[in-house]
Amino acid sequence: MDQTVIPSTVDHTRAVFPEGLTLDCGSVLAPVEIAYRTYGTLSPERNNAILICHALTGDQYVAETQPVTGKSGWWERMVGPGKPIDTDRFFVICSNVLGGCMGSTGPRSLRTVTGENGESREEPWGTDFPPITIRDMVRAQRLLVRQFGIDRLFAVIGGSMGGMQVLEWAATYPDMVFAAMPIATAPFHSAQNIAFNEVSRQAIFADPDWHGGRYWETDAIPARGLAVARMMAHITYLSEEALTRKFGRRVRRCDEPVVGSPTPGALSTFGEIFEVESYLRHQGSTFVRRFDANSYLTITRAMDWMDLGMEHDGDCAGPFRETRTRFCVVCFSSDWLFPTSQSRIIVRALTRAAANVSFVEIESDKGHDAFLLDEPDFDRTVVGFLNGAAEHAGLFPRTLKGH
Amino acid sequence: MRLDQRLIAKMITPGTRVLDIGSGDGTLIDHLFRTRGCDARGIEIDMGEVTRSVAHGLPVVHGDADHDLAHYPDNSFDYVVLQRTLQAVERPREVLRQMLRIGRYAIVSFPNFGHWEMRLKLLLSGRMPNTAVWHTPWYATPNIHPCTIRDFLALCDEDGYRVHEWMAIDEEGDRAPWRRSIRLANLFGEQALFRLGKGN
Repeated sequence: MDQTVIPSTVDHTRAVFPEGLTLDCGSVLAPVEIAYRTYGTLSPERNNAILICHALTGDQYVAETQPVTGKSGWWERMVGPGKPIDTDRFFVICSNVLGGCMGSTGPRSLRTVTGENGESREEPWGTDFPPITIRDMVRAQRLLVRQFGIDRLFAVIGGSMGGMQVLEWAATYPDMVFAAMPIATAPFHSAQNIAFNEVSRQAIFADPDWHGGRYWETDAIPARGLAVARMMAHITYLSEEALTRKFGRRVRRCDEPVVGSPTPGALSTFGEIFEVESYLRHQGSTFVRRFDANSYLTITRAMDWMDLGMEHDGDCAGPFRETRTRFCVVCFSSDWLFPTSQSRIIVRALTRAAANVSFVEIESDKGHDAFLLDEPDFDRTVVGFLNGAAEHAGLFPRTLKGH
Repeated sequence: MRLDQRLIAKMITPGTRVLDIGSGDGTLIDHLFRTRGCDARGIEIDMGEVTRSVAHGLPVVHGDADHDLAHYPDNSFDYVVLQRTLQAVERPREVLRQMLRIGRYAIVSFPNFGHWEMRLKLLLSGRMPNTAVWHTPWYATPNIHPCTIRDFLALCDEDGYRVHEWMAIDEEGDRAPWRRSIRLANLFGEQALFRLGKGN
């Protein structure tokens, strides 16, 4: 297993907020740094900004090469000039979430601690990083948005955990969100989702390199645990059909020594592996190069805490009373991690709140990950919703692009 | 736009809030927004139509009249429209009740089972009639609660709804000349269009 620690030399664009943030847990985090990227041009009226919220293991490099992995941006097919989220028209902002590990303040950020001998030194927060919520992430994003002089975002868009942020944006700052597009998401993390996250976390805790979360002291990272966490999570992002189509039961020779397997080439149970195993191992090993284990724990916990109805006696409509935001809820038919039924809960809550809501279930066999992949109906939905909302906002003349 | 949709649009005051149940490709709500300045939204059961509507920037929710109306708050719309769908819902009486709970007015159109052609075909052949309006065979029809204009009026009477406007129209959507006599409309009108309000 590759144990390379993420190079800290990558210089992320950041905004620094010395006054910091008061978190839901009551702690004050100061200063707060938020790493971000922008695309397109902010109009003189500052009314064409779209905030894109990334998912659990995403980052701010939505439409450009990710500097750590060298791979293209996670939503490059969706964001850019002439693309569904058209940067010729819109000013797109994407930030690394609070608690993340791509430049925003998170468990890997350094803090000053005072030792027993009175000496102060710098070390990462690690597991001492305060618990954060999706709403805390949104509060941090708001600081960033305000720094651009933007009073109201034209739209907030995001999938999965990004969709949770979209919902929290509309709930917490309704006057700052003209249009909201929560994709493949839920108003609260279900028991099943929390269960999956718990398996991921336990895999990290069980790694001998975990060292109670102070793994930086040993120059190793809990790579095996983190990789297993990623492999498990990755299965939940796909569908049975997608896995079958991609790999079926095809077998290949196992050339690389893998923890738990005998030496390569040996005639044994694990001398040959299924291609799906090989794929998951690859997913796991590339992930540990770019993601911090403590960040993973912090963020999965934030998702688990998510519950829109919590402060309203369990009524998810509560936060949306009097809302004037236009919503477009999107889900995918084969997504079993954030299934259509969860999106229906959002839609019904918004309906009860008399909100202006559209709701589309995109037919797809690609599972939860479909929102990142090529789905023409999804693209048309994004374009149409943004055009319709822009027309209502008096932003651009109506176009029929994409039809 | 179909003529019956134009007739429905004419019943709607500009600048009002409209919910179109069974909005199809969104033609009516698009027209209401564009030419009448209405805040018009749709519910549609066919996902393909929903996707097309949303892709045109129209606010449409995937759902159906039987299960999704209950979630709307009281008096959240001025008009609730149900085009050619009443006969296909599971509980038409409940759907009407919900429509008039959600909206000030309910605009309902449905094919008239009392049309002379239906009566004649059943009488002469002894088999379920097939006409331009009722064109599916009995085993494949989505129309589980067919009714006549007189049946519908009897239900409005029973449930205390006020009929503000009504007209009979033929399949091409032309207004039939049977506006004075309900008996004649029931015999010669292929489709009926009503604007109902809450009881007096």
